[in-house]
Amino acid sequence: MALPDELEALTNAFSGHGIHEQTLISILGKWHPEERKSFRKGSPNLFIEDERNFERWDDHRVKLLKHEFMRFKNAVVLWTMHPWERDARLAKEALKKGPQSYGIIIEIACTRSAEELLGARRAYHSLFDHSMEEDVAQHINGCERKLLVALVSAYRYEGSKFRDDAAKSEAETLSNAIKNGKPIEDDEVIRILATRSKPHLQAIYKHYMEISGQNIDEDLDADLLLKETVQCLCTPQQYFSKVLDMAMQKDVEKNTKKALTRVIVTRADTDMKEIKDEYHNQYGFSLSKKIEDTAHGNYKDFLLTLIARGG
Amino acid sequence: MATLVAPDQFSPVEDAEALRKACKEISFALTMATIIVAKDASVHEDAQALRKACQGWGTDEKAIIKILGHRNATQRKQIRQAYEELYEEDLVKRLESELSGDFERAVYRWILDPADRDAVLANVAVKKAELNYHVIIEISCILSPEELLVVRRAYQSRFKRSLEEDVAAHTTGDLRQLLVALVSAYRYDGHEVNERLAKSEAEILHDAIKDKAFNHEEVTRILTTRSKTQLRAIFNRYKDEHDTSITKNLSGDPRSDLQKALRTAIRCINDPKKYFEKLVRNAIKGVGTDDEALTRVIVTRAERDLTGIKELYYLRNSVSLDHAVAKETSGDYKAFLLALLGKED
Repeated sequence: MALPDELEALTNAFSGHGIHEQTLISILGKWHPEERKSFRKGSPNLFIEDERNFERWDDHRVKLLKHEFMRFKNAVVLWTMHPWERDARLAKEALKKGPQSYGIIIEIACTRSAEELLGARRAYHSLFDHSMEEDVAQHINGCERKLLVALVSAYRYEGSKFRDDAAKSEAETLSNAIKNGKPIEDDEVIRILATRSKPHLQAIYKHYMEISGQNIDEDLDADLLLKETVQCLCTPQQYFSKVLDMAMQKDVEKNTKKALTRVIVTRADTDMKEIKDEYHNQYGFSLSKKIEDTAHGNYKDFLLTLIARGG
Repeated sequence: MATLVAPDQFSPVEDAEALRKACKEISFALTMATIIVAKDASVHEDAQALRKACQGWGTDEKAIIKILGHRNATQRKQIRQAYEELYEEDLVKRLESELSGDFERAVYRWILDPADRDAVLANVAVKKAELNYHVIIEISCILSPEELLVVRRAYQSRFKRSLEEDVAAHTTGDLRQLLVALVSAYRYDGHEVNERLAKSEAEILHDAIKDKAFNHEEVTRILTTRSKTQLRAIFNRYKDEHDTSITKNLSGDPRSDLQKALRTAIRCINDPKKYFEKLVRNAIKGVGTDDEALTRVIVTRAERDLTGIKELYYLRNSVSLDHAVAKETSGDYKAFLLALLGKED
């Protein structure tokens, strides 16, 4: 008979992020047929009682398990990839998955530097024989198309100079557009968000707060794509902290879960330290601790190693 | 014991054709430029001669034309560097102060690096009270994707803002959407054509245009994101299906800037030389000359395909471009343009 503790340990070993290989080896490995049978009988969420008198793996759960086993492999492959190829593939995948994944396109277009985004567009040419903007334009319709095409096409000025009076008046423009209803349909909103340099946009963010008393992304709750755009452009570390935390919630949706790998792998060389600090500020404990508690096995060790680099 | 590896079966005719094509491609690149470049120019001597031309009372414009009018982009860059080293002064600034009028504008444009030049031209176009969108479209549609990128970098370096930022801030509505998208495009530069897609997008364009409401969004999407090769296939499919070119169908509203801009974009993508021939023809004919356009075409194409443009001009107008320019311009400005057009000294 399998011990209840062992049953629990096993169930934990493959819920959460990744697989606790050691547990599987040490417990499963030594079980005799009767113990495995009682495991099957005692885990109705994993095994269904078949009409022909045997306990059968639930196909859906096997699939989920496959994803969990693959998490480490996916992290490794993504980590070793050239950043350009990485971003190009992430963008393509997001396009294929549809509207719930468009946020990833925004993430790539807005948090990367001008040269990094350009590199991703180059890699996209090589990988898919089309330009990124071509595919985005073809597969997305409506007002989101204008925003997303404009964002992926940006090649922003990276210097620190900007005109503060223009930033101030553009903050007003944005405030009015938001008050009027549908900011995503407003050409001025798209112009400002898609063409201005990041220092300029950060100045707009400050002026907006002075004008309306709220942060601009807080006023954009009705428009998630715009909200994300502003967050990625102006407060990227806050954005990444939120995404990481959501990815580590219990029973979270498959695509949201993948963000853990994506964010850590894509930011480990850039602003991981700032993201860790921001995470601690927002949630009161360290990112490493959260990953310790949520992820398992090799996958967990890999992530922790990535985020420990550079202090 | 021979080492040569030769195929057992070959076609002499195919080989001959392939070799001919290869030779043509090499010489094409070399012969489409019009300027006549001195083979053994000395950069230091040039810098000294230019210094001498600018010193003292008055300026020796002839010397300036004789040197600069016969140096390619690399040589001009080296001359500027040599001048800076020798005299601790920027040659460009010196020339700006010594020269004036159309001549000064032409020399200034000419002496800049090609990408920097295009950035300056774009900025001039954007700053005009009525934004000259033709220049923006020329730059974004005729240059290759990589060349356009270099221009965008040069623009950022010189003006501390991105080109799309400035274009967006000085335009509105549909025209803005078109221009910003054209300028931001980083088109796929492969030669594959998807025939099925070409046909379906030719139909989308046709439907969008003939609709009174004129759904420009699809037109903009296709024109600003598809590769140039794909676009040419689309324009051809359009003509096949509807017996008329797409630009003809876009001529409905003479007051519409958007339609004019779309036609310019299509022409630039389809056949840049033909576009430039028409531009230069219109610049010259009639009362007065559009010197800005004339200078722009000659200066920006002299090292690229001005020979082809001249050929087209002659075919169309039965008079050589050199002849027409000589008739319509005068003084040092004329002499400089003619030098760029390939006039021997």
